[in-house]
Amino acid sequence: MYRSQKLALKYLTAAITLFGIMTVAGLMSAYYYINPDFLFGILHFNIAKILHIDTMIIWLLMGFMGAIYWFLPEEFGRELVGIKLAEILFYVFFGAVVVVAVVFIVVQYGNSDETALWFINQGRKYVEAPRWAAIGVVVVMAVFAYNVIGTAYVTGKVSGITAVLMVDLVPLLVLYLDAFPAISNMSADLFWWWWLVHLWVEATWEVLIGCIMAWSLMQLLGTSRRIVETWLYIEVALVLGTGILGLGHHYFWIGAPSYWLTIGGLFSAFEPLPLLGMVVHAVYDAGTHHMKTTNRPAFYWLMAEAFGNFLGGGVWGFMMTLPQVNLYAHGTQWTVSHGHFAFWGAYACGVLSVIYLVIQKLRSLTQVDGALWKWSFAALNLGLVGMVGALLVSGFAQAFIERAIGGSTHDAFIAGQSSPWFVEGMVTRFIFGLMFAAGYVALVWDLLTIGKRAPVLATAGAAE
Amino acid sequence: MHVDDPAFWRAGAISTVSIMSVVLVMLTIDSLAAISPGGSNVPLYTVINQHIDYKFDDKRGNDMPVIRGAEPLFGKAVDAAAAEALIDKGKMVIQSRSCIDCHTFFGNGAYYAPDLTKAWLDPAWETWKIITGTKTREDAMVKFLMHPDKYRIWTRAMPNLDITQQEAEALVAYLKWMSAVDTNGFPANFGRMQQKQ
Ligand code: HEC
Ligand code: HEM
Ligand code: HEM
Ligand SMILES: [Fe+2]
Repeated sequence: MYRSQKLALKYLTAAITLFGIMTVAGLMSAYYYINPDFLFGILHFNIAKILHIDTMIIWLLMGFMGAIYWFLPEEFGRELVGIKLAEILFYVFFGAVVVVAVVFIVVQYGNSDETALWFINQGRKYVEAPRWAAIGVVVVMAVFAYNVIGTAYVTGKVSGITAVLMVDLVPLLVLYLDAFPAISNMSADLFWWWWLVHLWVEATWEVLIGCIMAWSLMQLLGTSRRIVETWLYIEVALVLGTGILGLGHHYFWIGAPSYWLTIGGLFSAFEPLPLLGMVVHAVYDAGTHHMKTTNRPAFYWLMAEAFGNFLGGGVWGFMMTLPQVNLYAHGTQWTVSHGHFAFWGAYACGVLSVIYLVIQKLRSLTQVDGALWKWSFAALNLGLVGMVGALLVSGFAQAFIERAIGGSTHDAFIAGQSSPWFVEGMVTRFIFGLMFAAGYVALVWDLLTIGKRAPVLATAGAAE
Repeated sequence: MHVDDPAFWRAGAISTVSIMSVVLVMLTIDSLAAISPGGSNVPLYTVINQHIDYKFDDKRGNDMPVIRGAEPLFGKAVDAAAAEALIDKGKMVIQSRSCIDCHTFFGNGAYYAPDLTKAWLDPAWETWKIITGTKTREDAMVKFLMHPDKYRIWTRAMPNLDITQQEAEALVAYLKWMSAVDTNGFPANFGRMQQKQ
């Protein structure tokens, strides 16, 4: 095994660990909606939610890095350049995450000065991590980019997938620099903030996961490189062709000119197309191979990724992307419904698929299967879809009562939040959240033991 | 056509991305001018010296801020530099306390607490004036922001975030300025229910 693949194992283990912390923080955040006195005066909703969404970003990023550190040395047929530096930075990265989390929980906030932004909390959604830590993230990502680009340079072997990956890492890193400024003008602040958030999740991350899924498909189903690369280029053209100007669907109401209503609405309305394309691609490939695979969990998670990306990102996003709808849906639990479905489908499922592929190699399994992965797959996905459904009900209620009828005042907000539809949605979300958490526990258990329960698997393998 | 040749699609990807990126940069340059203070959509910070309202505009077909006449904040007009200092301070308070992880600004943020886009114009301050025993909206806001847990009017309370008098005044200035931004009609129908009553 390459050293870079050992590093991949560390990153993937860290990712799964943070996934657990994210789930606990998510359940806490959800519980405040049911019992607003929960931890009042000790730890408030905003801190729990920061932990939830920031660990989400970090575990997905670590999952991507793990996947790439895993596939890349095989692609190049050699160890990655600068791997020593990358190994050291893993510990720095993980240590920094722990320090940031402890400071969030213990210190929570500072005074209204630069010190607070440097050392405690920057108070901008998703990028709350203090500046010192954000610098750390830049360093880690720069070294990561150096590992990839440096190795390609030394070997002179650049496949289509690695070329796309290399080009994608540049905007990925540059956009993250948006985590530093503190612009007083909220309109300008949010204008740039959306470059980071939208152009990450609907552009650069989408390309990144496209590369990772291309490698997975080749490994899992033996799809030819020519086919996956052709699809990758089509996907890049369509995702970025619609997604770059699709950015405008976040510029409707932040003070930006009204032409964004047309441009943002129009381009983002086409964003689901490439996501549908990916479903077609995955299903087609699976069909040509008669769904025969030696790694069923990886295969199922890959399918979940394709469908989840299309349904959660494409369909749920489309529902609220036209300005006529977004005027009322904007900033409600409807948004949360879409956010969960999309992040889960597009990214979390992809990372989990790769982890099962890695385990197969790691433990030299000819066949990966069993009962436990099915339980975790079912509980996680049903839990998530249940939450998404409940949030949509709450979101509809909020859009009608608070936004459309009430006019978004304090009174209207309370009316929306107190409506039985909304309240029941919140309770249902919490219950499905518990199911999701149970799925997480089953997942960890399965990852720790799958393939080690050898006798059962050997017979299962022999039977086929 | 070479539809089964990856190079064909690679060329397509590169050209599409280039064209879209250039268009985005051009639109961004135009937008940044419109959203800088004093631009077509975002008022100067000294708007805090004026009376601000939010009314349906028949020509535009949506609600619009209406800025008319003098109404200095806390009874004293400020010059451009002082206004800017207040807004800068207000933003620092907003970031240091991560208000946006409970509230939304222009509908962006978290959904645990009310949207603050038009908080300055919220009819609820009439209630808070009575509870806090203050005569003006701005004084009620300052008192509330400094002790939100003491003046809660709902089961879901805002916690005390150790906000000082000076920080609270800056926040009020910030919220007043923000309510004068042209947001293309979001939120719709703001306060119309209360007007009818
Ligand atoms: C832990 C969550 C939380 C945080 C953090 C928070 N708030 Fe609040 N805020 C609330 C809640 C809940 C209410 C509704 C309180 C009530 O009705 O009694 C509220 C109410 C308000 C109101 C009145 C809203 C209206 O529509 O009239 C304003 C203004 C406000 N908050 C401003 C702020 C500012 C500024 C900050 C940051 C300095 C902040 N809040 C931070 C939870 C929070
Ligand atoms: C036990 C499971 C989970 C629970 C109970 C939960 C709960 C929550 C809650 C309460 C919020 C705050 C929303 C608000 O501001 O009102 C939130 C936000 C968010 N969560 Fe989760 N979550 C869970 C799992 C996940 C997963 C698996 C992902 C993605 C992979 C995720 C991604 C997000 C994102 C992106 C947001 C921000 C969404 C937005 O503000 O629009 N969550 N979650
Ligand atoms: C798979 C990729 C996607 C992911 C991970 C994703 C995630 C998210 C998240 C987390 C938010 C909430 C952001 C916030 O305020 O914090 C959001 C908002 C939004 N997304 Fe997506 N999204 C994806 C794809 C799409 C697509 C394809 C569309 C359109 C067709 C879309 C339309 C929207 C819209 C309109 C909003 C704004 C909601 C509002 O006004 O409150 N998204 N997305
Ligand atoms: Fe978007």
